[in-house]
Amino acid sequence: MKNFSNTYIFTFSIIMVVIVALLLSLAAMQLKPFQDKNIEIEKKQNILASIRIKSTVKDAVDLYAKYITDSYVLNNKGEKQEGIDAFTVELKNELSKPAAKRMLPVYVGTLDDQTNAYVVPLRGKGLWGPIWGYISLQPDMNTVYGTVFDHQGETPGLGAEISTEWFQKPFIGKTLFKDSTQFVSIKVLKGGAKKEDPHAVDAISGGTITSKSLEAMLDSCLIQYKPYFIQTRHN
Amino acid sequence: MSIISSKNFKLLANPLNLENPVTVQILGICSALAVTTKLKPAIVMGLSVIVVTAFSNLVISAMRNSIPPRIRIIVQLVVVASMVILVDQLLRAFVYDVSKQLSVYVGLIITNCIIMGRLEAFAMNNKPWPSFFDGIGNGIGYAVILIVVGLIREIFGAGAILGYQVVPQSFYDAGYINNGMMIMPTMALVLVGVIIWIQRSFNKELIEKE
Repeated sequence: MKNFSNTYIFTFSIIMVVIVALLLSLAAMQLKPFQDKNIEIEKKQNILASIRIKSTVKDAVDLYAKYITDSYVLNNKGEKQEGIDAFTVELKNELSKPAAKRMLPVYVGTLDDQTNAYVVPLRGKGLWGPIWGYISLQPDMNTVYGTVFDHQGETPGLGAEISTEWFQKPFIGKTLFKDSTQFVSIKVLKGGAKKEDPHAVDAISGGTITSKSLEAMLDSCLIQYKPYFIQTRHN
Repeated sequence: MSIISSKNFKLLANPLNLENPVTVQILGICSALAVTTKLKPAIVMGLSVIVVTAFSNLVISAMRNSIPPRIRIIVQLVVVASMVILVDQLLRAFVYDVSKQLSVYVGLIITNCIIMGRLEAFAMNNKPWPSFFDGIGNGIGYAVILIVVGLIREIFGAGAILGYQVVPQSFYDAGYINNGMMIMPTMALVLVGVIIWIQRSFNKELIEKE
């Protein structure tokens, strides 16, 4: 085995690290536009899915332009904020701000029958990592029109089921308010919800923590929009 | 001279059976358990590991005479880590849905014992070209096991292959249900055990002497 001097070892490591750093940053910069495009398409697909429009990677951008007719940002009193593009608002960053400074995006979808659906983004903590989604409401700002949930690393076959249709479908038609002013959100009940209960859906057996996290996410994200929901409904 | 000499061919073929990194050397088990619930992530993970082992073997072998032995593990780690980051970035740019499924496991290729094992055992002492084949061979040896386990787990755990339903609805109507155990990492370990058992019953030389 050859002997290497300390100077050689230091020079070797420094050169190696610089070369590697250059290569990696070059690759990251070159691939960034592709990656951003993917993330944008995914977000558009999710928003479309929440108003029950199926899209593929190819047609998502066109469908989004067709169905999502308006979007705006609210503050926590439900007042519209001017000059901010709702699509660029990341809920992840907003949730780390104090409640009064948060920007809350709303996307307005116009469906084929010309009725509107109001899409609100959701984000929370699951069992292993973040969970997120979108929920769309009918113009009464009370009845759920559609939902989509996704997750980073929930247990496959258990918590991960929140991203499947059988879990999301029962949300349709549930309502957020009791007696029109009391915000109750939607509960995710272990052991099954009664069919006629307007504020509850079935939880996932074996996925209790994810189910409970999802319930907490719905409650904490939607309650921020409560002033807006009540104002818009009375207009 | 042909591109693949018989010596290089051996480097490719041996890891498939008698020197299989998973079933004989018991390396890389951790990721074999994690990404095999469905077939597609197993295939992509297999391909990514083939690329990373092949190219890190190639690079390390080309540098082997200038790497100071005292910091060789660090140098290997740097090379492997940058390969893995490159693969991760490429997946994110071009096969986004797969990269989402693999999520953290791509990053975990860095800690895959097969890669460091091959670098230490082969690339540090051999020329770049044979090292490259050794990397591909071991990568394939790993990928084959992952694909077999992934196939079995998806068929019995979800009744599907690559997301297409293969167990007909009439089976479910007749009372058949998917085996939820198959989705658990435990069953991957049991399946790897069964594969090792079958392999050894065909290759007596693998059985340890008392």
